[in-house]
Amino acid sequence: MSTIPSIGQSVSRLEGKLKVTGTAKYAGDYQVPGLLYGYVINSIITKGKIIRFDTSKATALPGVIAVFNHTNRPSLAWFSMQYTDMDAPPGSPFRPLRDEEILYNGQPIGLVVAETFELARYAATLVEVEYETEAFETDLRNNASEARSPKMGMATMLKPLPPRPKGNFEKAFEQSFAQSSGEYYHGTEHHNPLELFATTTIYEGKGKLTIYDKTQGTINSQLYVANIFGLKYKNVRVIAPYVGGAFGSGLRPQYQLFLSVMAALELKRSVLVTLDRSQMFTFGHRPPTIQSTRFGADENGKVTALNHAAIAETSRFEDYTEVVVNWSHMLYPAENTLMQYKLVELDVFTPLDMRAPGGSTGLHAIESTMDDLSYKLKIDPLELRLINYSDTDVSLNRPYSSKELRQCYLHGAEKFGWKNRNPEPRSMRNGNKLVGYGMATGIWEANSLPARAEAIITRDGKLHVNSAVTDIGTGTLTVMSQIAADELGLRVEDVTFSYGDSQKPFAPIQGGSFTVSTVGSAIKAAGSALRKKLFKIAVSMEGALLKGLEIEDVRFENGCIVLKTDPFTFISFTDIIEANGGTPVKVIKFSVPNLLKLKKYSRATHAAAFVEVEVDEELGIINVTRALTAVAAGRIINPKTARSQILGGMVWSISKALREETINDSLLGKYMNQNLSEYHIPVHADIHDLDVIFVEEKDDIVNELGTKGVGEIGLVGMPPAIANAVYHATGKRINQFPIHFDYLL
Amino acid sequence: MNNFNYLRASDVQDAISQSAREADVKYLAGGTNLIDLMKYNLTRADILVDINRISDHREITELPDGGLRLGAFVKNAATAWNHLVEEHYPLLSKAILAGASAQIRNMATNGGNLLQRTRCYYFYDANVPCNKREPGSGCSAITGYQRIMAILGTTEHCIAVFPSDMCVALAALDAVVQVEGPQGMRSIHFADFHRLPGDTPHIDNNLKPGEIITGIDLPAKGFSKNYSYLKLRDRNSYAFALVSVATGLELDGETITDARIALGGVAHKPWRVAAAEDFLKGKTASGENFRQAAEIIVQGAVGYEHNAFKIELAKRAIVRNCMMALHPESQLPGAQPSA
Amino acid sequence: MTTDYPDMQAETVENFTPQKVTLTVNQKPVELEVLPWVSLLDGLRDYAGLTGTKKGCDHGQCGACTVLCDGERILSCLTLAVMNDGSEITTIEGIAQEGELHPLQKAFIEHDAFQCGYCTPGQICSAIGMLNEGKAKSREEVKELMSGNLCRCGANTNIIDAIMEVKNQLAHE
Repeated sequence: MSTIPSIGQSVSRLEGKLKVTGTAKYAGDYQVPGLLYGYVINSIITKGKIIRFDTSKATALPGVIAVFNHTNRPSLAWFSMQYTDMDAPPGSPFRPLRDEEILYNGQPIGLVVAETFELARYAATLVEVEYETEAFETDLRNNASEARSPKMGMATMLKPLPPRPKGNFEKAFEQSFAQSSGEYYHGTEHHNPLELFATTTIYEGKGKLTIYDKTQGTINSQLYVANIFGLKYKNVRVIAPYVGGAFGSGLRPQYQLFLSVMAALELKRSVLVTLDRSQMFTFGHRPPTIQSTRFGADENGKVTALNHAAIAETSRFEDYTEVVVNWSHMLYPAENTLMQYKLVELDVFTPLDMRAPGGSTGLHAIESTMDDLSYKLKIDPLELRLINYSDTDVSLNRPYSSKELRQCYLHGAEKFGWKNRNPEPRSMRNGNKLVGYGMATGIWEANSLPARAEAIITRDGKLHVNSAVTDIGTGTLTVMSQIAADELGLRVEDVTFSYGDSQKPFAPIQGGSFTVSTVGSAIKAAGSALRKKLFKIAVSMEGALLKGLEIEDVRFENGCIVLKTDPFTFISFTDIIEANGGTPVKVIKFSVPNLLKLKKYSRATHAAAFVEVEVDEELGIINVTRALTAVAAGRIINPKTARSQILGGMVWSISKALREETINDSLLGKYMNQNLSEYHIPVHADIHDLDVIFVEEKDDIVNELGTKGVGEIGLVGMPPAIANAVYHATGKRINQFPIHFDYLL
Repeated sequence: MNNFNYLRASDVQDAISQSAREADVKYLAGGTNLIDLMKYNLTRADILVDINRISDHREITELPDGGLRLGAFVKNAATAWNHLVEEHYPLLSKAILAGASAQIRNMATNGGNLLQRTRCYYFYDANVPCNKREPGSGCSAITGYQRIMAILGTTEHCIAVFPSDMCVALAALDAVVQVEGPQGMRSIHFADFHRLPGDTPHIDNNLKPGEIITGIDLPAKGFSKNYSYLKLRDRNSYAFALVSVATGLELDGETITDARIALGGVAHKPWRVAAAEDFLKGKTASGENFRQAAEIIVQGAVGYEHNAFKIELAKRAIVRNCMMALHPESQLPGAQPSA
Repeated sequence: MTTDYPDMQAETVENFTPQKVTLTVNQKPVELEVLPWVSLLDGLRDYAGLTGTKKGCDHGQCGACTVLCDGERILSCLTLAVMNDGSEITTIEGIAQEGELHPLQKAFIEHDAFQCGYCTPGQICSAIGMLNEGKAKSREEVKELMSGNLCRCGANTNIIDAIMEVKNQLAHE
């Protein structure tokens, strides 16, 4: 049984039992009668045209229902705008099966629908496709000279372009006492949630569809489907209560959704389309990025000049951008800055936000450069951060709504044992292993968006809360239930949170670490309104225990309205509903961030990451033996699930710095390791001692809850801390991720 | 995956007779590689003959000469954890346990382990040229990304590596492969079992059509005192080797009286060089001597842009593993480098 | 001595007839009518309706499909349903007994050993298999022997904590 209030309590995940017993149903787990199976055919060329598409052998097989391609697909929405979605970058969204043009390797060009999965998969191998190929470019480094400024659009609202230059960078850098510069390269990464992308479209008849989709936004998928297929919004219901990881990959509707819906409408049958693991590499990805930095400091360690430039990949049809170069000046108050961000168009699919997009890329360069600077200045890396500490966001000349980064540094260093670090590289050992300590700073924006929520007290006195939001494994169900429970003075057990359903009140896509702040605020607002409504009924009830009182005179506690001055005077929610004629009391509230107030402040979460690595001196093998992340993220609703979010970010940090990479063969124009055997994400044996600290941080500005989000911040500071630890251990600064151990030979 | 007929063989002879049919017949044991390849549509078959129900060759038995016979249908995990293997051939146990995952080791058979196909990216992508998959189509790896590719025994036709860990130990132990086929039974020395790519990289080994592996014989000498298996890879477990080394040493005091060193992850077959082992005989077990042996072993190695590091890595791995063999008690799980 | 087989006609799918496969799944008899090309994983999910076992790669690269076959942990994606005729299979749906969660299931909830939950059925079945094997002694050995189960959410330390807790409980019994 949980305690009241529940905010701040480590409540175990409410869906836990369903997940450990195999009863939680994911998008591909709906076995409805007569279900058909779709298998996608993908382009094997990188650029060109389809000149022949022969499906005869496939369609001749009994049990194969149809093979769709660009020549026989239904006529669809014509305007590319109708294919847009809540996360679409400026440009023209990809339209599956639109025509014979091939824009990238792995592009979906057909769908086989059959009575069984095995048959669909086999029939797909019998489809003969002939292409006319054209020259292509897929290598960022070979095409860096083509870099240009990105286009602006709706999605860039949340992703500001670099700030204008300040002072005179070149002069200040030249005159600075100590200088550090570096070139950094990050290759392509793919999200690879463990769940394969899948959509089960249930054909309900009369133009109605129920769609189980793997997505981070049920309403995003709903609007996408309705717009493209010309359906009424109310006839398209998208459901996604369990999402087997996403990390950004579900922020945009993926092509299995389009194909499943198209086939279901055409065949008037229910259709499941599941991508296979190699097809998981045929839509968005974290783009490869080339960065360069030049930082200058005075003899006291004060950073005087900051230059950070990045060139990133995008597709030929959309301008995907990330915030890569804006961060250094948010942290360090230099007088002279120059930030540049450019894109190179290549023959690839449009990149897509992947956990801590931009931040995890940019901070690697920034915090490794700061580390390098610390050696040049002979100042402890932590001390250098403190010397350059700023309570305000100098890049925009405004205060932070809250910033307890200093406490992250200090508590983190203390618990990690940073003082035991010998400043000299290659000076610490454990047997034949070189030991290195590294640290770095993390920063991530604390945003919130508008959302709606519904709150209902039913006849049994229980609270029901509704939102379309998903729970991609972040703990949304649990955390929202806690927020709602506290608002009405109930136990978490007395709250039912219905979510992951486009028929529920509006929630934006789940990402950017803004879900708790966004949906939580809406739930808080709905709960607060519900209290008022309940109180109003209570005051007017016969017997009139509370007559003439104001809402300030009472507390909401244990399912009752209780007089503050006399705890024995109370009215239960069940009595209120009875008085209401048995009709549940219901409110829907729309919460909108107070932009007028917020724009006076910068809002960000911060973290300090401390890492110990051991490097085998002869063989180069690197292990992160110990790591600690101290986080300032405002109010923590649920320390247990929040800690898990940070731990997840830390494992991703190890993966990013030392493990995962998509291998891009630019001669063939394709990715070569489209599987989990060669795309290396960490195994249990890679993960050692990880520790998380949340420092106290009170924030009355950011939103009503004081929450700032924890989804990305664990992945921003730790990758450079690993690189810095490797340098400290070996004296080798490797600026390319992942760091292959053989670079240290 | 194409559809196929599925038959169960009751004994080895039954399986062999099925293989004589006018069709593409394949034996199905653990299935961990064959089913994988068929799902990718890289391999097809008209008939799969399931040999898992054959009652013979499912045991590990002592041979009269003091050696051990590993039944071909015994699972990898059961082999690694068999008390006779653990006691007399701990090198083999170590190597098996460094391969794949616990689940796969519970499924894969000893015979099947020898018949794994390469994990080359380009072999696994049906849409790019690969001489191993489609003879004469070319080798995409040579012009592509070669991090995982071979440095020894390569040709312009193929630079793929053989992925097994178990086989690296079997090579070091001088195992003998027992096979049965339409022409009867025969024995194949382990060194002659797998092939180098030459100009026929599509042929992995010297099994003849219809032949089944029935057992693997280990000679009496098991190097159970001084042995080590080291596997270097891009993550600590569940990944194929970039370089692996199996070492068995026989010592008289500090003097080496016999030595075996086999490399994995560097060639189209487990790599052994007799000259290096001969060099060590009579020498002191020292880093310097191991280093010289390592130089002999990797002689002739050719690196490409992305795998040239393997040459130096292999040498260092050999030295380290030989040193580790002097202290087998301090070895770490997953064949990771220990002090 | 050969078992019966249908006439072989290459490239003609229609001549392949489903075969009867009898399994004991979670202590209940289950009969499947499947073609030989159906994996045990798809047999369980698509034919027996047991969708608790997950498909994360379908190629033996992630461990999400781990089930227990005659008490041993295996990957259900790399074995055919027909190969397992007569076997006793335990899936995640059969781990809890009469509504009482297995200690590992409880420990997973308590330690927050999952986030999205997709790898969880495989992690739990694999951990049960590992404890049955009795080979892992130290935490490092547990990590190594659990490395065939990937977790993309990064719940690794919590997963190992949960397993170690149960392993230590068993050691004290």
